[in-house]
Amino acid sequence: MQHETHMKESASNGSHGSLRMYVTGFFLSIILTLAAYLLVDQHVNADHAVWSHSFLMIAVVVLALLQMVVQLVCFLHLGRESRPYWNLVVFLYAFLLVAIIVIGSLWVMHHLNYNMGAISVPGAHMEARSLE
Amino acid sequence: MTNSIINLTENKTVFGFWIYILSDCFLFGTLFATYAVLRGNTFGGPSGAELFDLSFVLVETLILLTSSFTAGLAMLAANKHYTTSKNKEVSPPYVQVVGLLGLTLLLGITFLGLELKEFTQFVAEGAGPQRSGFLSAFFTLVGTHGLHVAAGSVWLIVLMIQILRRGLTEPIMSRFMRWSLFWHFLDVVWIFIFTFVYLMGVMI
Repeated sequence: MQHETHMKESASNGSHGSLRMYVTGFFLSIILTLAAYLLVDQHVNADHAVWSHSFLMIAVVVLALLQMVVQLVCFLHLGRESRPYWNLVVFLYAFLLVAIIVIGSLWVMHHLNYNMGAISVPGAHMEARSLE
Repeated sequence: MTNSIINLTENKTVFGFWIYILSDCFLFGTLFATYAVLRGNTFGGPSGAELFDLSFVLVETLILLTSSFTAGLAMLAANKHYTTSKNKEVSPPYVQVVGLLGLTLLLGITFLGLELKEFTQFVAEGAGPQRSGFLSAFFTLVGTHGLHVAAGSVWLIVLMIQILRRGLTEPIMSRFMRWSLFWHFLDVVWIFIFTFVYLMGVMI
């Protein structure tokens, strides 16, 4: 019956996680969500005077990324599989590509006014500049 | 090893489904990029800061988060059942598993109802998707997520019926696992909608 004990072991601490894992993930997620909400809510209620805009931006993005990691590890059990970690590898690759798509798009779009300036329509260049 | 849980987690079907989920990330990634580009283009219409009710969205967020948690608990209960029960063909009344799944479904449908309420309210205020570039991008991004939740809910109903009728057999456990990946994934996407759309929308 060695087979059976092995099965039970893998059920309790295998890649499905445990009750503790889910509870931890749930509470950490609630805390991170409330932290982001309270930061922004407090800022808005105080007429945008509590934090600097860039600090608040960075803070909520960091809190979101932290919560993503918490949920990936605790709920989706990412990184808890046995070798060769294919789930993790494809995830990291997809994450990289999505980051390139999103950041790249924003980068291009925010520089469009400059880069469209070379069109030889009279006034187009000036107009693009003045929109900045 | 044929019935072991290890076999299931490293199942090629589940891995394939994981790749599908990651390809869905590209869909959401492009929609997020579109939204980020268009969010300032209100065309004289209302901006996010004027439209969004942050406490309402917080409730939505907590509901979806709780449904992700109960889905995890249902998976745990099913695993326990699957690994300990000797005779899987005879279906006992999977009270715990189906109960937790029912709770998850209820939370998912509540979330959808709240989202629909928000959408109809916006449209009634004249802030429908055709009002401005910002609102088109908003409805596309949040609506696509809502459609995923609706699809996940239908899938969940089918899954519950299958569990009740056939018991927790290996193919159903595999489906269950894929569905739970899908459901948790939707919650991860919502974190970013909550942050980039709603929090940053009212922050300006």
